[in-house]
Amino acid sequence: MCLAIPVQVESLLDNDEALVDIGGLKKRISLALVEDVRVGDYVILHVGYALSKIDEDEALRTLALFDEMQALQEELGASLESDEGDHQ
Amino acid sequence: MKYIDEFRNGDYAAEVARRIHAEAYPGRRYRFMEFCGGHTHTLFRYGIPDLLPANVNMIHGPGCPVCVLPMARIDAAIELAVRHQVILCSYGDMLRVPGAHRTSLLKAKAQGADVRMLYSPADALRIAQENPQRQVVFFAIGFETTTPPTAAVLLKARQLALKNFSVFCNHVLTPPAITGILEPAQQAGERIIEGLVGPGHVSVITGGAAYESLARRYRTPIVIAGFEPLDVLHAILLLVRQCNENRYDVENQYSRAVTACGNAKAQSMVAQTMTLRDRFEWRGLGWMPHSALRIMPEFADFDAEARFELSPSDARENKACECPAVLRGAKSPTDCKLFATVCTPDNPIGACMVSSEGACAAHYSYGHAR
Ligand code: SF4
Repeated sequence: MCLAIPVQVESLLDNDEALVDIGGLKKRISLALVEDVRVGDYVILHVGYALSKIDEDEALRTLALFDEMQALQEELGASLESDEGDHQ
Repeated sequence: MKYIDEFRNGDYAAEVARRIHAEAYPGRRYRFMEFCGGHTHTLFRYGIPDLLPANVNMIHGPGCPVCVLPMARIDAAIELAVRHQVILCSYGDMLRVPGAHRTSLLKAKAQGADVRMLYSPADALRIAQENPQRQVVFFAIGFETTTPPTAAVLLKARQLALKNFSVFCNHVLTPPAITGILEPAQQAGERIIEGLVGPGHVSVITGGAAYESLARRYRTPIVIAGFEPLDVLHAILLLVRQCNENRYDVENQYSRAVTACGNAKAQSMVAQTMTLRDRFEWRGLGWMPHSALRIMPEFADFDAEARFELSPSDARENKACECPAVLRGAKSPTDCKLFATVCTPDNPIGACMVSSEGACAAHYSYGHAR
C-alpha cells in the first residue's frame, strides 16, 4: 500500500503534472505535493503523486558506506593471509 | 533502474550480513520489529531472515493499512456501493478484503454494484466528472504516505465545485500504532522488541523527527529504512550497533528520501482538509485515541460519512483467524490453523492474506514454498 518507487522526470506538463519514465514506460504523474521539481530529477512516486525528490548526494553517501565495509573486509582478509604466511 | 539496482547489490548485501554476524553478541537477543508491511514484503522476497544470526529475529508489525482496517469499515463501503448505489472507487487490495458474512467489494461488484479499482485517487475525480448524474465515493485508506494524495483530491474537488464526489476517509496514523504495540508491554514491565525498523515512505511525509519521543519513551532504537534489501539489512546492522552501545536514537538509513522534517507542503495540505478523530478502531489493536483522521467540517460536502447514512455494523471477525495477534507481532502466520489450508491469497479469510504487504500473504508467497 505504501509502495512507492523512484522515477525520473522527463518533462513538465500543465496542471502541475509531469511525464515520467518507469522502466521505459511513460506515465503522467501529479506534482501537486512537491516543490521545485526539474526535468531530470528523480522523485518517489506513490499512487500517481510525487512524494519527494531523491537526494543524489545522500544516495551516494549511503552506497559509499557499503564500499567502505567491503574495502575494510578485503584489507582484513589480506592482512590475515599475510599473517598466515608469517607463521609458515 | 537507478536507485533500485544499486540497493540490491548482492556483494554489498553479503558484506552487511557478515558485519551483522560479526557484531551481534552471541549471548544477546535482538528482536526487531519492522513496522511497515512493505518491509515485511522485502524481508520475505529476498530471504533476509536466512541471512541473519539465529539470535537476530524479525517480528512483523501492524503497518499494512489494508490489514488493520476493521471489518465494520469494509461493511460500510459495501453498504455505500450496494444500498446507496454509488460508484465506489478504491485501491485494488481493498476490493478483496472480506467483510462480515464473507462478502467483499469484489463480490458486491459481481452482483451488480458499481465498484471500480483505482491506481490513483485522481482517477476518482475524473470518474465523478464523467458521471455527473451519479454519486462517486473514494474509499480512502492508508498511512501518512497515502493521505496527502487524498488531501490533494479533496482540494481539487472543492476547486472544481464537484457536487457528486465524496471521500470515505480511513486514513490512519503511524505513531499511535507504535504506541499501541509498545505501551502495553511497557505497562506490563516486559520488553517485546529491542529495536524498530521505522517506516520509510511514511517518514518521507512526516520526517524522521516524528519518532524521537517514541524512541525515548520506550527506550527503543528506531532506524528509518528504505525498501530495497540492502536498506533493510543496513537498518538491522544499525539497530544491532545501537543495542550494543545501549543507545535508543532515531537514525535515518533512508536519507536519500527522508529528511528530519518531512514534506511541509504535503503536511499542510493534509492539515487543511483533515483533522484527528477522537478514536478509531484498528484490527488487532482495538480502539485507539487520536489514531486516525477524518475530513474537516469545512469539507463536509465531500465527506461520505456526512453525506450518506451508514448503519452500524454487526461484523464479527472469524474466530479462527489470528490476524489480530499477527498484527500485534504476538503470533506468526504459521501459528494460525487456517494458514495455507483454508486461508490462501485466492480465498483470504483475514485481511493479512489479502495485501502483498500482509504478513500472511508474504509468508505464503515466499516462505511457504521453502
Ligand atoms: S492465515 Fe488467514 S485466517 Fe490465519 S491469520 Fe492469516 S489471514 Fe487470518
